[in-house]
Amino acid sequence: MSHHILEIEHLRHVYPDGTEALRDVSLRITHGESVAIIGANGAGKSTLLSHLNGYLLPSSGVIRIGHLAVGKGTLSEVRRTVGMVFHDPDDQLFMPTVYEDVAFGPSNLGITGSDLEHCVTDALRRVDAAHLSHKAPYHLSAGEKRRVAIATVLSMSPDVLVMDEPTNGLDPFARRQLIGLLKEFNHSKVITSHDLDMVLELCERTVVLSGGEVRADGPTVEIFRDEALLRECRLEKPLSMQGCPVCAAGGK
Amino acid sequence: MASINQALLDLKRLDQLAAGGTVLHRLDPRAKVLATLVFIVSVVSFGRYELSALIPFLFFPACLIALGELPAGYLVAKVALVCPLAVAVGMFNPFFDRSVMAHLGPLDITGGWISFASIVLRTALTVGAALTLTALTGFPAICNALERLGMPRAFAMQLLFLYRYLFVLTEEGVRAARARELRSFGKTGDGLNSYASLLGHLLLRTWQRAERMHMAMLARGFSGVLPGRDCSRFGAPELAFLLLWSALCVMLRLNNAPRLLGALVTGQLP
Repeated sequence: MSHHILEIEHLRHVYPDGTEALRDVSLRITHGESVAIIGANGAGKSTLLSHLNGYLLPSSGVIRIGHLAVGKGTLSEVRRTVGMVFHDPDDQLFMPTVYEDVAFGPSNLGITGSDLEHCVTDALRRVDAAHLSHKAPYHLSAGEKRRVAIATVLSMSPDVLVMDEPTNGLDPFARRQLIGLLKEFNHSKVITSHDLDMVLELCERTVVLSGGEVRADGPTVEIFRDEALLRECRLEKPLSMQGCPVCAAGGK
Repeated sequence: MASINQALLDLKRLDQLAAGGTVLHRLDPRAKVLATLVFIVSVVSFGRYELSALIPFLFFPACLIALGELPAGYLVAKVALVCPLAVAVGMFNPFFDRSVMAHLGPLDITGGWISFASIVLRTALTVGAALTLTALTGFPAICNALERLGMPRAFAMQLLFLYRYLFVLTEEGVRAARARELRSFGKTGDGLNSYASLLGHLLLRTWQRAERMHMAMLARGFSGVLPGRDCSRFGAPELAFLLLWSALCVMLRLNNAPRLLGALVTGQLP
């Protein structure tokens, strides 16, 4: 489906205070791809994500979701197509109960009655959170909040999932559970993260942003092998590619 | 700061109580909201020296607590938390209003003491009723009921968000205050100045969070209207509940029940 193709051409964004957060970003993400966008703090990752569902509009350049150019007139269609999972689930879960929160998006799309119920229960079941449906969001643990936040987006049946630091603040079990969950989705995925081990497991392609520009774009393993590039962009290899320090010390 | 955390946990308990399954819990929230409003208006409309006529009004929260199977001790403790405010409001009355209005044996009771007691009792009654309503209904359902009763939607939404983010904001405030405390080493730190800056930061963070929430809402198609929620029906049980309590409150407001009872007893047994 053409909806799944996400194209960014010469995207530039300047904030009102004059900060140029994105200089000239061009990307093409095709159907079913899992792409990680990595970079140091302030590299422009969050600004880039905010453009993908039209929260920020480009100072210049174009973003296309399938055949739709993101602009004021296409926002509702774009926002249905691109599901955004926020960095802090507390920003995303604002309704009194989990059920109402997951129903928020589909209701706004005009879904009602048994269709709505089916939509919500299916999304909650997919993230293994059906038992939480009548709880208030502030009664959930961090891992549960994160899974429910994903369900709030899944219930709108998006074609592209965009996630900002999905494993941030999770304990190892919840992190592993989330990675397993994300592996099962065959949506196109765009993920920003500093958890490079998770990126290695989930994303076959990685884009490195630095100073508001695309510094590298290629297969994840190749990018992570390029130590000079990583150092230059204030990054380092994922722990799983660094070798065991204890074994290395023992071998000396 | 532990006490703030504790108070917060307690608020969450209020929320959990609303998930009960008694007849009162199942009533349409509008009936409960209206009955409580009638109760509060009746209580606050008494004159400043009225005390005895207020006492029968205790029946309303007591009855709801019993029928709703709510923990009375917990609710009384919550009311007691607010009472110091009422004490602060009325504490000068006994000094300024020294006209003797009643005698208790050899003891003269001045108007100041009576109005002071009246303020405290009225606070306890109204706060108690509001808390009982919340424990029986849940805050989101109350907002929904107020909206369905004609409150502007924007206010209802504001109230809902206020309640949802009260927890988040308090937790942020507690963390910031703890961070400040850990670096003050038991001294005053920079005194009020540091608190002013702390509050300023908290306000800015709240602002940023509001922007992110707005982004999250827009991302899911928000167009200014929260989707329709619980649409319970206002049927015969609700009407009966509302009429019963309204009639009782109006009757108790118009007649001083303890005085009538006293007259009845003293009339019968001279």
